Amino acid sequence: MDVLGIPIQALLGQLLLGLINGAFYALLALGLAIIFGLLNVANFVHGAQYMLGAVISWMLLQFAGIGFWPSLIITPLIGFALGAALERSMLSRLYETDPIYGILLTFGVALVVQGVLRAQFGVSGMTYGIPDALSGGWNLGFMFLPKYRAWVVLVALLVCCSTWYAIEKTSLGASVRAATENSAMAEALGINVARLKTMIYGLGAAIAALAGVLAAPIYSVSPLMGADIVIIAFAIVVIGGMGTLLGSTVAGFGLGLVEGASKVFYPQISGMVVFIVMVVILLVRPSGLFGRASA
Amino acid sequence: MSVQDTSASIVASPSLAPSSHGYLFGFALLAMVVLTGPLYAFPVFLIVAMSFIIFASGFNLLLGFAGLLSFGHAAYFGAGAYLTAHSTKVLGLQPEFALIIGVATAAFLGLIVGVLAIRRNGISFAMITLGLAQLVFYYVLTAAWTGGAENGIQSVPRGMLFGIIDLRNDTAMYYFAATIFLLSIFVVYRVTHSPFGQVLKAIRDNEQRAISLGYEVRAFKITVFVMSAALAGLGGGLKAMALQFATATDVHWMMSGEVILMTLVGGVGTVFGPVVGGFLVVTMQNYLASLGAWVMAIQGAIFIVAVLVFRQGIVGFLEKRTGLKL
Repeated sequence: MDVLGIPIQALLGQLLLGLINGAFYALLALGLAIIFGLLNVANFVHGAQYMLGAVISWMLLQFAGIGFWPSLIITPLIGFALGAALERSMLSRLYETDPIYGILLTFGVALVVQGVLRAQFGVSGMTYGIPDALSGGWNLGFMFLPKYRAWVVLVALLVCCSTWYAIEKTSLGASVRAATENSAMAEALGINVARLKTMIYGLGAAIAALAGVLAAPIYSVSPLMGADIVIIAFAIVVIGGMGTLLGSTVAGFGLGLVEGASKVFYPQISGMVVFIVMVVILLVRPSGLFGRASA
Repeated sequence: MSVQDTSASIVASPSLAPSSHGYLFGFALLAMVVLTGPLYAFPVFLIVAMSFIIFASGFNLLLGFAGLLSFGHAAYFGAGAYLTAHSTKVLGLQPEFALIIGVATAAFLGLIVGVLAIRRNGISFAMITLGLAQLVFYYVLTAAWTGGAENGIQSVPRGMLFGIIDLRNDTAMYYFAATIFLLSIFVVYRVTHSPFGQVLKAIRDNEQRAISLGYEVRAFKITVFVMSAALAGLGGGLKAMALQFATATDVHWMMSGEVILMTLVGGVGTVFGPVVGGFLVVTMQNYLASLGAWVMAIQGAIFIVAVLVFRQGIVGFLEKRTGLKL
């Protein structure tokens, strides 16, 4: 069975790989979109936070014997704490200035984190085994589906949906939106805006750390693993529509698939395809797929 | 939109009255340093520093005077480097023509990106310029003529300037580069002190008002973007000529970060800020190169300090202390 001269197994295999990458794109873009949409900060340190998630997960196993399942909870909590500390100590001082300084500050923090870890661990990757319960896979007849990869897609979908629900549909989410829409008014209504912002940033960082834990068994764990993916995630946020959670999730998975397909049909451009789509979207719909026109 | 307008502008412009003494003094000092430079340091090192300063000055034209943060300026720097290198090595062009091709390509690239990116403001603008620069980066990695990620274009001949001056001589190369360098800084000064530059500052400080005054804001933004990209390409071309190679590092997004750092440390929105900042960052990288990965961490730390407590930069600080416009 061929599709445009390509064996269907090869196509489905690449699409599956694309879907996995898409799960990571969606998670990272979601974190970026939360932080951007609610705090108006372009969080350049997001890739480093994702990388830290993987490295912390690896360190927990290496030095404390803590495995994948506990790490799935512990690492995001550490990520949350680190993120909240960063927001409290540095980012919160910049809300009154030009948003450009937020990019520059987080860029600087990313350099420090990546530089220190690179000096510590070098650039060669460290390996992290797939947990026993998720090793192996299913034979679907036309292709082999590894359990772990299916699990990653599932978790990513779950996190994206529940985050969207929490922010768009719950009362806590309502106060978050109120705080960002009009912080003086929200404060007058008794909402602790400063603390809420710390929480939001921490949440974004925790999602990135979770993505890092999920990534550790698939990709090799290294200090630079987040450096390029953060730029792709930024492009996806632009494609989805700045700051919209639904947009970043849909665009994340979608672009993973598009990238996978391009590896089969036109491999030369697979590294560029996300940015090419970004250009097309900008030409057709400058505010992004799900963005409001004024954004 | 509201966030953009209520927030403090990237540069506080204390007074509109120009104090030309500051600039006169600055240019005299700069000329003196450039003339006597080879007595204190290797010419090639100084040429590289000057190339980066031209790059940073071009970047600052955009950020400091038009308030547009491009996070993809490595694309134009790299385009200048690659096209200049390719033109001399493969096409066998004379150095001045090779540089012109490098600059023209960078400017053309800047035009395309500028037209696309100015549809959005602030952070989106930064992200779009970054994304498009990644497109250029991946193109350089995959295209056949660029030599891929590891090699790049190596052993580029410097050639004969105007067919008479042999640039293989480091001193000749130095004075050629120094002339271009001083001219570039002067051009930046002239542009920012022209009516065009005043309109840019008006757009930077209050875009809505500039629009309501009837200025074609889009055209101004695209024009300054192209100028900025052209200067970045000039810096890249000069660097490729001096070091005789162009590699993927020139196009990588880390390079875009470095040029921001140079501008920020020196002083955003000042004419001489990128000169001071560029020289400091290049010197630092040169002397700390043995520290390896720590250089990245140190640069990051300087970034953090500059953003949190030293936003006006070194030259901005001097301006405040001396009362001179620099």
